[in-house]
Amino acid sequence: MGVGMPAIVGLFCVAGFLATAALAVVVGRRPLGAPVIYGASFLLSILGLAAALTALIQNAEPAALTLPIGLPLLGAHFRIDALSAFFLVVVNGGGAAASLYGIGYGRHDPSPLRVLPYFPAYLAGMNLVLFADDAFIFLIAWEFMSLTSWALVLAHHQSPGNVRAGFIYILMASAGTLCLLLTFGLLAGPDGGYAFATIRENHHQIPVAALVLLLALIGAGSKAGLVPLHIWLPLAHPAAPSHVSALMSGVMTKVAIYGFIRIAFDLIAEPEWWTSLVVLAFGGITAALGVLYALLQQDIKRLLAYSTVENIGIVFVGLGLALAFRANQMPLPAALAMTAALLHVFNHLLFKSLLFFGAGAVLHKTGERNMERLGGLIHRMPQTAFVFLVGCTAISALPPLNGFVSEWLTFQAILVSPLLPQWGLKLMVPAVGALLAFAAALAAACFVKIYGITFLGRGRTLAAQTASETDHFSLAAMFVLAALCLLAGVFPGVLIDLLSPVTNAMVGGRMPPQIGLAWLSIVPITESRSSYNGAIILVFLIVSGALTAMVIHRFATRATRRSAFWDCGYPDRSLATQYSGSSFSMPIRRVFGVTLFHVRERVDMPRPGETRPGHFHVKIFDPAWRLAYGPAGRAIWAASGKLNQLQFLTIRRYLTLVFAALIVLLVVVAAWR
Amino acid sequence: MSSLQFDTAHLLAGGMLVLSLLLLYQDRILATLNVFALQAITLSLAVAWQAYAQDAMHLIVTAVIALVAKGFIIPAALNRIVHRLGIHREIEQVIGAGPTMLTGLGLVALSILLVMPVNVGANMLAREDLAFALAVILLGLLMMITRRNAVTQIVGFMSLENGLVLAATGAKGMPLVVEISVAFSILIAFAVFGVFVFRIRERFDTVDLSALDRFREGRRHVP
Amino acid sequence: MALILEIAAQAFQMFLVVVVAPLMLGITRKVKARVLRRIGPSVLQPYRDLWKLMHKEAVLADNASWLYRTVPYLSFAAIWVAAALIPTYSTGLIFSWSADIIAIVALLAMARFALTLAGMDVGTAFGGIGSSREMLIASLAEPAMLLVVFTVALVAGTTQLSAIADHMIHGTVGLRVSLGLGLFAFVFIAIAENARIPIDNPATHLELTMVHEAMVLEYSGRHLAMIEAAAAVKLTLYFSLLVCLFFPFGIATEDKSAMSLAIGIGSYLVKIGILAVLLPIGETTVAKMRVFRYPVFLGGAFATAALAVFLLFVSQGF
Repeated sequence: MGVGMPAIVGLFCVAGFLATAALAVVVGRRPLGAPVIYGASFLLSILGLAAALTALIQNAEPAALTLPIGLPLLGAHFRIDALSAFFLVVVNGGGAAASLYGIGYGRHDPSPLRVLPYFPAYLAGMNLVLFADDAFIFLIAWEFMSLTSWALVLAHHQSPGNVRAGFIYILMASAGTLCLLLTFGLLAGPDGGYAFATIRENHHQIPVAALVLLLALIGAGSKAGLVPLHIWLPLAHPAAPSHVSALMSGVMTKVAIYGFIRIAFDLIAEPEWWTSLVVLAFGGITAALGVLYALLQQDIKRLLAYSTVENIGIVFVGLGLALAFRANQMPLPAALAMTAALLHVFNHLLFKSLLFFGAGAVLHKTGERNMERLGGLIHRMPQTAFVFLVGCTAISALPPLNGFVSEWLTFQAILVSPLLPQWGLKLMVPAVGALLAFAAALAAACFVKIYGITFLGRGRTLAAQTASETDHFSLAAMFVLAALCLLAGVFPGVLIDLLSPVTNAMVGGRMPPQIGLAWLSIVPITESRSSYNGAIILVFLIVSGALTAMVIHRFATRATRRSAFWDCGYPDRSLATQYSGSSFSMPIRRVFGVTLFHVRERVDMPRPGETRPGHFHVKIFDPAWRLAYGPAGRAIWAASGKLNQLQFLTIRRYLTLVFAALIVLLVVVAAWR
Repeated sequence: MSSLQFDTAHLLAGGMLVLSLLLLYQDRILATLNVFALQAITLSLAVAWQAYAQDAMHLIVTAVIALVAKGFIIPAALNRIVHRLGIHREIEQVIGAGPTMLTGLGLVALSILLVMPVNVGANMLAREDLAFALAVILLGLLMMITRRNAVTQIVGFMSLENGLVLAATGAKGMPLVVEISVAFSILIAFAVFGVFVFRIRERFDTVDLSALDRFREGRRHVP
Repeated sequence: MALILEIAAQAFQMFLVVVVAPLMLGITRKVKARVLRRIGPSVLQPYRDLWKLMHKEAVLADNASWLYRTVPYLSFAAIWVAAALIPTYSTGLIFSWSADIIAIVALLAMARFALTLAGMDVGTAFGGIGSSREMLIASLAEPAMLLVVFTVALVAGTTQLSAIADHMIHGTVGLRVSLGLGLFAFVFIAIAENARIPIDNPATHLELTMVHEAMVLEYSGRHLAMIEAAAAVKLTLYFSLLVCLFFPFGIATEDKSAMSLAIGIGSYLVKIGILAVLLPIGETTVAKMRVFRYPVFLGGAFATAALAVFLLFVSQGF
């Protein structure tokens, strides 16, 4: 294997990011510091993006490279193949957008030294995970990524709640890394071959393979945000500055997915079919619960973070399907499911970054994250409002934008599932499909809520009424992403073909080539089975809508009059009579929340004649905290309380303990023999 | 087996399953009774079709028993009981319609999961009937658990028995004697239930079984 | 030349659905009136209403945004495109493959998304309540719809509507409980999606029925005309979808001669006409539900559809 150009360029970028981080420490306080650092990050990301795209398009042989750093005698192994090239596109694409946004947005940061050095370092860490070709480098890079992002979460540590967010984040990240550590330990086996090439050649026993897969699901899933390992995500993502939130939601969760794919599809030879059942169940539940959580939020950024949880669930459903098909030697459907998952990874990068940028713009211009104190921003920030609408439409899986394409492909893969021989899968997959449809419908509700309350209606506070449009760099980043959302939705065939080397390498098959098809439609299996054409839908929509409007304006009337709103004859100018975010989600909260979230509503209405105000209380209990973390935390607390007594023993007691431990060990040894 | 035979048997057995779920879904007592009668009639049709398909004339007897006893006599009797108790307008407290239905669907999936993988290639109709019958039985049990009213519990029990009969006729050659004795025992059970309902009513002035639970709890606390 | 003919056939279909739609609405209203022993307006009344609304001045709230003025056309376009892609009188029209049944459902979701946003634009309580409830209904209906799609796709082996219709006509479908259950669930969903009784009442915007009509309360003039037209086309769309999935008989398939096309058009009109008569009769027999009964109604549809999938697995035994 030769040393490919993209690998060298990529590693150069990593070094460049680290150098930028060092530079940031020096120039961070200068007024031009932020633009310089973000500009450098932008250029390096573009370079990395170009290198990764070249690697993906050329479809070259995997290129490996060993550098004499890291552990003595072993060196550090780096490699770039189709899978890592695709995820490098995601990381550097997201990095470039966030840097561009940061040029404008980062200028106003109150404490630049808490953000500027870590931002490029964070990008370096994520890049490095994708280049790693041995377990050592992988874990080091993974931890580096976690720690830098942790530092970014704590950038605004003065704000209430952020310290707690950072604490929970570092706790969950450590637990996840521990699982990955065990995963690689099991994979390497007793001989301790930690290079990925050695691991691939190991033949793993079936129970070991299954255990490794489950550990990887927990380890990578905790970083990606699988329910119930998601608890840190809605705390940490909103706490960071908005462009970092975009990176964490849009990019870092994808690096976690990369970790899972690398282990489950590449390093383990043949996992058992039932492991796919576990992945599917986690995916389906994550998708449905994630979006339900999201609907209950009033904080824009937290809502977006929960929506990330949902989308991660959709990706894992695709991956679970791919595992199931691969275990049954069905490469074509496996490639379809895998393509759907990877396409959703890419699409989610686009629209989630866009939405976080939009939320950042709103936050910056109004100082508010709570949508109940916003409203009417479509008049004050028209351009942000427009691109945010594109993002909302895309993430709600509506044609002709990109979110729909990947969900449509996932549904197509689900519709192939009756061909699977195992009855468990046959019955499970339609159930997961119903959960996905449920999640898609609720996602639409969720984004109607965020858009309707934040951007539409009348401004609820002075801040919302006097907001102004955001800066040009931020707008540029958002417009580029919005355009990409549309392009990816209208010409998905190009992306699907780009993904074919990845699926070839991972599941041994690819979807039929799409670019040559007539009218640029996409056909997952055969045309008589299903096909979709975003471009034609778009043209039809524009033509029929515009035609109707023109005909009516030309031949009927175009007279328009402005007046106060009607409201069925009882207009009330008060701003408080508008529908609020929590009232918007009330029906859904009541229908689904009572059992799942133990929602308790209490109305405290003063009697006629009383002058005190009425109150309405809603209590929501997170099932993950209530059922898992709460009891676990209490158990640890109780155990540590008990163990604390060890501190106050006499010397004789300590000696007794040591003696007892020795005897127990000796007995164990004796029994072992 | 011809396609028409299979399709009709499938239609009837599937119809029973649908009616079982409908029983679970109903919360009005009289409607429950009507659905139950419909299920019994469907059962008798299914059994009669099996009699024709398997050319086993003794199954006709089973069909007639099912039709007369469970399709007409028992629903009518229950109807009278309900009216005499004056609870025909009561809407029953089902423990959450949504969770119950989801559990019911899960049970259907479970019975399919249990029955379908065995004997691949064996008599498809028997296998299918068995899957449906198991589902009907489990749904009957679920109905007995989730209902609080004695009358609807009886209906759950009867529908469970319908599932048993369906299973028995699907498997070829259940002796007539067994069949009749099962039917007889069901009638006895029904009579006993009926007596009990009235006794409960006399004692506690309600047929809501939670009243019985309260009574038991009270006993437990008294030393 | 062949291409032009094919495009003409597609254009005719687009034309057909939009021209027939108000008539269907008129028939349902007339039948409903007759069942209630009223005389009722003529079946052509919806055309007159639309005509009148289109020529009226549109009154906009002071704070209505550009979104508010775009949405009526956008939602109408989305529904119209969806309706145009469902095979009505003939299968295999030139653009029919550009959206399968999932994409058509998503196009309807797109129209709903736009309309719910418009409901919140002015910032009134009525618009908000309508949007919020509309979304509740969607979240309950879509999983059930997916399972119906799953059932039909499993029987026909495709999600392409033309191919499904072909399969239903030529294939050996037999007596399938699943299809019956699927039809049942589909009718439930269609009732909910079209804001008919018992979910909503299209004739009023009183307190009990504050879903669809509450959402569009602020609209007037040509914008309201577009929304009304979209509702009519949506009703026709669901009729066509039902006919295409479950009763495609009479539709022109391979044979595209003038005769079979004429039979296709005739049978399509008769079939949706029958549905337009049946719907109001069904509606008069039930009472409007309160909002928190919707989950029970649509949960029933979901359970039925799920059962359809299970039964299909059992009977196909693969």
